Amino acid sequence: MSKRNKHIPVTKGQATTVRIIWMIVSGILGILILFPLLWMVSIAFRTSEQTFTSQLIAPDATLANFVHVFTEVPFLLYMWNSFFVSTMVTVIALFFHTMAGYALARLRFPGREFIFLAIFSTFLVSLPVIIVPLFVIVKSMGMLNSYAGLIIPAIFNAFGIFLLRQYYLSIPREIEEAALIDGASYWRIYLSIILPLSKPIMSALAILFFLTNWNSFLWPLTIASDPSLWMVQVGIANFSSQYAASWNYMMAASTVVAIPTLVLFIVFQKQIMDSLKTSGLK
Amino acid sequence: MAATPSPPRKRPRLSAKHREWLSGYLFVLPDALGLLIFLGIPMAMSFVIALFRVDGFGGYQFIGLANYRQMLADPVFWQSTWVTLKYAVFLVPLTYVTGLGLALLVQRTNRYNSVVRLMYFAPHMVSLVVVALVWQFMVIDKIGIVSRFLSAIGLSGVSLLGNPDFALFTVVIVSVWFLMGYYMLIFLGGLQDIPKEYYEAARVDGAGPIARFWFITLPLLKPTSFFIILVSTVAATAGAQAFDIIYVMTQGGPSNSTSVLIIYVYQQAFGFGAFGYAAAIASTLVVFLMAFTVVFYAMTRGGRFTYE
Repeated sequence: MSKRNKHIPVTKGQATTVRIIWMIVSGILGILILFPLLWMVSIAFRTSEQTFTSQLIAPDATLANFVHVFTEVPFLLYMWNSFFVSTMVTVIALFFHTMAGYALARLRFPGREFIFLAIFSTFLVSLPVIIVPLFVIVKSMGMLNSYAGLIIPAIFNAFGIFLLRQYYLSIPREIEEAALIDGASYWRIYLSIILPLSKPIMSALAILFFLTNWNSFLWPLTIASDPSLWMVQVGIANFSSQYAASWNYMMAASTVVAIPTLVLFIVFQKQIMDSLKTSGLK
Repeated sequence: MAATPSPPRKRPRLSAKHREWLSGYLFVLPDALGLLIFLGIPMAMSFVIALFRVDGFGGYQFIGLANYRQMLADPVFWQSTWVTLKYAVFLVPLTYVTGLGLALLVQRTNRYNSVVRLMYFAPHMVSLVVVALVWQFMVIDKIGIVSRFLSAIGLSGVSLLGNPDFALFTVVIVSVWFLMGYYMLIFLGGLQDIPKEYYEAARVDGAGPIARFWFITLPLLKPTSFFIILVSTVAATAGAQAFDIIYVMTQGGPSNSTSVLIIYVYQQAFGFGAFGYAAAIASTLVVFLMAFTVVFYAMTRGGRFTYE
């Protein structure tokens, strides 16, 4: 922070008052914004009689809702499906995207610009718009109601490739050139130089990819109608139509689904916020 | 690239140049193929499937432009277009103003603000299904906490999701709540890029906070603003966030008042099995997205994401 010359005609006391008011306003706003999440957690611990009372912490709080969610509904299975699919997508996507990003940033080959442009053209394409043909394609590949159908189409997105490409453009060339002169193959350079150098951006991307897939709804909803393949978001959406009035159960389920992402977020807040901020596109 | 003085030992048949070419293609291949199969071809296929009538057994019958003619004559298509437009027209300015507002509020880097930023951003980390469920619960007629708050301030009997006049607005508010923390982050990035000296100079010249915002912050945020408006327009028109929230909260109802195009497409395809018709509607959105991509590309100079 640079030192500021104070030319403002206010006293130090006034400035402090303004800052304190400012802090109070932004803090209250923060609590208001968080309120729906706090309310969700609050309801999750209530009996059904207490669901619509106004106090933030109801008397006779109970864990019964959570017990119900885990015993009456195959919630652990849904969570396992989500965990498995999200992890697979994240690992494979990081592997493919680092390869592509490295080649697009560093290697020279005819058609590179064209490939880059072609990848770019898929950038703003969103799933809801291509859901019908994508379903037709994935179904014709025999991946309806399978882990492959949940995982493979979720791997490919231009965002990760761009971010990695940009990262590699900023790495000095000298390191690879020395290895090249020693006769190392590009594969070898990728494995032993490029991948270790990409650790920071890869950890940020890994968190983002995992969260995105854990939270994704439309694709798992469309491709897996078999309840044993439901991912957790589909699980709670169906749960809600089944238990339409039992909001205490649903808020408990929602809490269980939201907790892993919120914990990841709090632990990796810096990486998540920095990578989103610099990327400018989710 | 320094020319390799000695020929590579392992593959004597390839020159260094061709070795680089081959490696380049192989490295790009998995992603390029995947994007082609799961994004590129589906985009193009929208236009092809749109020319067929698809029956429940996967039989395709070529019917030319009949699906497009049906679309133009379908009042629900036009209503959905109108709902999509309204959703975007509400959502884009609201996310812009709230995102910028929050960013200005916590712009100064200190420990307190970094905690507050976390609070503002937290909703974006929660899944849209959970977001939709929690809000659906809070706006239940008469007994939801928001409904009770509204009757406490004299707005009793307002059905936030049951009344066609309010349902879309409710969905917009929920979307804004989910999105604003993310746009705040983008704005914070943009604000950081503005040189501090400009504000110093303006201060010396006696410019107040409003003048500084109006004559320095806003003009210098132009690239960020443009980017955000573009992205949020695409998100509002075709984004998964609109789909998830509306699908869970209202299913497009009541009386189609929240039926945005992507919801209508989904219902036609997976509710009624009208794949051809759904593809026809979706293909119009593909055209729209491609046009936006061209603008986006020009703006970011090939996805470089720097504004200098």
